[in-house]
Amino acid sequence: MIRFVPRERTPLWLTIAVPVGSGLAALLLTALPLALSGAPILDAFRLMALGAAGSGFALAETLTRATPLIFTGLAAAVAFRAKLWNIGAEGQLYAGALATVALGAGLIEAPAYVLLPLVLLAGALAGAALLLVPVLFKSRFGADEVVVTLLMNFIVLLFVQMMIEGPMKDEMALGWPQSAPVLDEATLPKLFTGLRLHWGLVIAVAAAVLLHVLISRTVWGFRIRAVGENARAARYAGLPVGRSLALVGLLSGGLAGLAGASEVAGLKGYLTSDLSPGFGYAGIVVATLANLSPLGVVPSAIFIAAVFVGADSMSRAIGVSNYLADLVVAFALLSVLIGGLLTRFRLVLVRREAA
Amino acid sequence: MLPSSGRDAADLSRPGRGSRQGNRLRLQLMHPDPRPLVLSLTGITKRFGPLTANDRIDLDVRAGEIVALLGENGAGKTTLMSILFGHYVADEGTVNVAGTGGQLAPLPGGSAEAALEAGIGMVHQHFALAENLTGFENIVLGTQSLWSTRLKRREARARVERLIEESGLAADLDVPVARLSVGEQQRIEILKALYRDVRVLILDEPTAVLTPQEADGLAATVRRLAGRGLAVIFISHKLHEVLALCERVVVLRGGAKVADRPTAGADRATLAELMVGRAIPARERPPTTPGASVLELRAASVGKPGQRDRLEAADLVLRAGEIVGIAGVSGNGQGALAALVAGLAAARSGEVTIAGAPAGEADPAGRIAAGVGRIPEDRHRDGTIGALSVAENYVLETVSEAGNQAFGFLRRAGIRARTGEAIRAYDIRCPGPDAAIRALSGGNMQKVVLARVLERAPRLILAHQPTRGLDIGATTEVHRRLIAARGRGAGVLLISEDLDELFALSDRIAVVHAGHLSPAMVAEGLDVRTVGLMMAGHMPGEAA
Repeated sequence: MIRFVPRERTPLWLTIAVPVGSGLAALLLTALPLALSGAPILDAFRLMALGAAGSGFALAETLTRATPLIFTGLAAAVAFRAKLWNIGAEGQLYAGALATVALGAGLIEAPAYVLLPLVLLAGALAGAALLLVPVLFKSRFGADEVVVTLLMNFIVLLFVQMMIEGPMKDEMALGWPQSAPVLDEATLPKLFTGLRLHWGLVIAVAAAVLLHVLISRTVWGFRIRAVGENARAARYAGLPVGRSLALVGLLSGGLAGLAGASEVAGLKGYLTSDLSPGFGYAGIVVATLANLSPLGVVPSAIFIAAVFVGADSMSRAIGVSNYLADLVVAFALLSVLIGGLLTRFRLVLVRREAA
Repeated sequence: MLPSSGRDAADLSRPGRGSRQGNRLRLQLMHPDPRPLVLSLTGITKRFGPLTANDRIDLDVRAGEIVALLGENGAGKTTLMSILFGHYVADEGTVNVAGTGGQLAPLPGGSAEAALEAGIGMVHQHFALAENLTGFENIVLGTQSLWSTRLKRREARARVERLIEESGLAADLDVPVARLSVGEQQRIEILKALYRDVRVLILDEPTAVLTPQEADGLAATVRRLAGRGLAVIFISHKLHEVLALCERVVVLRGGAKVADRPTAGADRATLAELMVGRAIPARERPPTTPGASVLELRAASVGKPGQRDRLEAADLVLRAGEIVGIAGVSGNGQGALAALVAGLAAARSGEVTIAGAPAGEADPAGRIAAGVGRIPEDRHRDGTIGALSVAENYVLETVSEAGNQAFGFLRRAGIRARTGEAIRAYDIRCPGPDAAIRALSGGNMQKVVLARVLERAPRLILAHQPTRGLDIGATTEVHRRLIAARGRGAGVLLISEDLDELFALSDRIAVVHAGHLSPAMVAEGLDVRTVGLMMAGHMPGEAA
């Protein structure tokens, strides 16, 4: 019989070992269906690794893919820290992208050092505004934010489709439903010539560092943690619970909005309804894998991105479906949840005497 | 008034021969006890890592005996009972239980079923009742197969009613348990154990939730049951109850048995000393002259009319330099009063003045700023944030004040240093300011709350059940600090279910029942039975 004994404190090595071990365990577990499908397992994993980090180009692709995941991962991490279950990062991402296009595609003409910050800010504000609605509903009427944020995703996506098929449609796009492209002055510069990797990554990493400082070093962050861990005690101690939740909403929605803004301004240049292959939802996985630590979100996002980019590349080479990537991610999530148990409890083997 | 529990059944059926029994008891103890052993623990040792929770503990219990098990939190009582019940397996030692034939046989470890089978029953402090089922259904729950017929039900019913008659445990069997009083729920719990033919009954802090009258009733029942041959292990920290009810007392300290003696000839001071391991300084309450009022309620009503825990048109004046105790069974309006003072609720009608200013809307931060120190009833739920550190909990209420932050950034070095001072000043046992507070024992957690409240030299202190669940050492410390605050000129509103505590600390005592607050009566010379009657709803005016 195994007994779970609560740990008084979690050793540092374990907080790092659990996510790393979970990633490895996920890959191992994925070998099972791979073998069942008759694919050469070692070859598949080798191709995945090469596809994700085998060359400068592959690495740049992985980091490009990681950029929006860092933003949405941070959005989920800060919200979940405060026990605000924001499942709407996908919608907030699109809202951010929409605002960026609306402002950056010719509405305002200004030099890059004015326009670029402006469109990014607009993206962040749009995402923040979108999340503020469910937060207010939650604190005013007790509405469940999981339901509201989740359903708002579909509203936003339909609204985006309406806009890019209607008022914002690019007349030059040969009938494709996409928006007009943003101006050059509203485009994030590439980090290296010839690669798609852009300054969005730098902003994302900076955001992770800032969020870490905010949460662990400031009064605002203190309140966010207090409210998230025990809202009743926070209220008893006179902390502004409602205002702290609103701040979390602004931060989380803003970060998700920035993901959309950075994708438009740094990568795509215009808005389509397939801008995000579920970055908003994947952010939840990223944050969970990172144990809701803002700094941990960066490696966690890179891991998830590598799995997707590597799986794409492998499936092109040997024809195993790239759904494999979803499988790895799902296994990683399950492993980290089980691993989380290990960080909170010690397993003690109890020998049961024969009766 | 000393032990009156049963030497034998015949004696017990005729209660009220206190002192003579005491003499006989002492005489008999010189000879081996003739009653058969029903439970015998020998050399029980249990280690958790470096901690020895039980260290070679021997415990014999005889049929018809009432044995008190005393010990502070962490002394090993819970571990010992858990081993008895198979939740833990002892590292060393054996548990022997008498079978139906009276022969002692080893009890297999690690099996709760075996313990129940062997006739060991326990009534926990927090009842294990299905609230939506009736008392009868709770009693027979699990003893009948799903396919039982009406006939069997009738049989069971007859048996339960016979048990009630024999034991005197009156309780309404046909009402959902949720609607019964706490005392009745407890009687259902005991009936549940009796229905399962227990020969050893363990009562864990059974009087913690009862009024004094109910506690007396329970004591009478326990004596009657013991008279019929039931062995009772009585876990309590109320020493006067132990002395009045039990014939023998076993004291655990630090995992080891430090005393196993008859209660005859023992007094509260010696028992307390045995538990704590050192002499307990007597509480001193120097006289003070109360000053200006710090809290005034004028016909104040709090909470919705239909709610049980509410206040209706309550009047109360608390002045600087006095402690006013609020007695009452929990849920009769204490919660509403505490919420009002703590700033979690506003008065629906009437006037509330705190430190000379109208209380206004519900505003916890405003209360803190007005100099109200609040010790909440539930330190886990309201008083501390388990995942945060000791330091962070220490500054929970003051984090935005200048000393703790600059330009929105936490001054972590300063916070840690000040917490370190509080840890020393209040003797908080913890690994350090950065340790998560949930790793601390209840007593040390409460000291953090106390330090947080008292360091601001509040003018009004709300102490809501400030010593609930604490051991003697920590309780003494909390009491000392509250009395010191009173001496400094603070007004203390002490809400407690523990009458000993109320009488030891309060200058005046008011009783709350069903939302009505009695006038505060001078504590000195007040009869505890009067307070008990008022707690049960017999307010003086009506009693006549």
